[in-house]
Amino acid sequence: MGVVNSGFGGGPRAGDPRLPPGQTLAEDWPVLTAGPTPDLDESEWSFTITTEGGIEHRWDWAALLEVGVEDIVTDIHCVTHWSKLDMPWRGVPVERLFEGVETAYDHVMVESYGEYTTNLALDDLFDEQAWIATEAEGEPLIPEHGGPARLLVPHLYFWKSAKWVRGMRMLRADEPGFWEQNGYHIRGDPWLEERYW
Amino acid sequence: MIEPIRARWHVGRLLRRSPETGSAVRLELEVPTWPGNRAGSYLDVRLTAPDGYQATRSYSLASSGASTRVVLAVENLPGGEVSPFLVHHFAEGEEVEVHGPLGRFFVWIPSAADPAPVQLIAGGSGVVPLFAMASAREREAEGEDFRLLYSVRSPGAVFFAKELDALSRTQVEIVHTRETPPGSSRPPGRLTRDALAAATFPAATGPRVYVCGPTPFVETVARWLVELDHDPVRIRTERFGGGRS
Repeated sequence: MGVVNSGFGGGPRAGDPRLPPGQTLAEDWPVLTAGPTPDLDESEWSFTITTEGGIEHRWDWAALLEVGVEDIVTDIHCVTHWSKLDMPWRGVPVERLFEGVETAYDHVMVESYGEYTTNLALDDLFDEQAWIATEAEGEPLIPEHGGPARLLVPHLYFWKSAKWVRGMRMLRADEPGFWEQNGYHIRGDPWLEERYW
Repeated sequence: MIEPIRARWHVGRLLRRSPETGSAVRLELEVPTWPGNRAGSYLDVRLTAPDGYQATRSYSLASSGASTRVVLAVENLPGGEVSPFLVHHFAEGEEVEVHGPLGRFFVWIPSAADPAPVQLIAGGSGVVPLFAMASAREREAEGEDFRLLYSVRSPGAVFFAKELDALSRTQVEIVHTRETPPGSSRPPGRLTRDALAAATFPAATGPRVYVCGPTPFVETVARWLVELDHDPVRIRTERFGGGRS
């Protein structure tokens, strides 16, 4: 484009090759939410996968943890231009929850307490790409960051990592969730800068 | 159904810069290809250094409507990368790349089919998108009742002080947390739940509520609103802070 801001350039440089284009390293962990933080504790929480046939597979808190929690160290990238690197998380791999689920569909609508939704392809959820996260940075997830449990899909922009996650509904074809209807990209790959449409 | 305005890259030119508060500047840009924007939306500003290094940040728009004149109010964040340039070095006549308009949720659209009152609640520089909404309401002869509750440190830290004073269709209440204006009968102090309840539309009137400010402010206010029986789905929030800008 050729626009150069000649007085710009004296500030701190991000320069880390692990940062996708247009991202800056965040020192703390910003909070972004469309509405109030739901008041929700572990005893009220459950997660449900609903198939096209209407069959519901449900886990309460104890059942989720029984599936098997693993440690993850990953980078996360928010569409609002900040990233965090080498962040420790704990969570249950999403593919483990799908082991007993019979579906012919390839997409899900992720649903949260507080009415948030986001769409994802199973291709972005399986193979160690996505978790139901219960801890971050060595502590249980606090409500502002989606506690007691949120989705963690770190290879996509972080709005896909739905806070206060409550379930997934199988979709025959991809359709936009909440932010995707409000201007964010249908998939959101940070390395392709799929921010907006 | 109102069609969304498609976001894309534009080149803007700084027409005028003026001090907004002791630490913030008002930037008026002319963006010839700007398609207009909803009240409450934002844009991305991308700076390019002579060596090609780029940095991008999001800023709420203080302006709305069909104009190609775009207004920002940017607070300097010490240690930040983009805001110190915009506040101190961005020169009148200089070009800058902007991407937008962005944000289709935290917006107010006139003549929407919802006659309920609109409550705006701002903390600090979070007033910018809410000022855009109040200004948009000001341009409409008919419409919802508007109130703005604005929590700010001191009289000198008030954004758009003159413009807020001149609003005739929004009832404005300013709460000073550290320092009050001369002659004020109220001591400075943080907003409380009771003060919030007294200065806002009651939940029974079913208002739409827009809250914008630093994360702890928004968390607290949104929780109080829910405790005061406001419907959580009627409360829209926008937070900033945390990341350096």
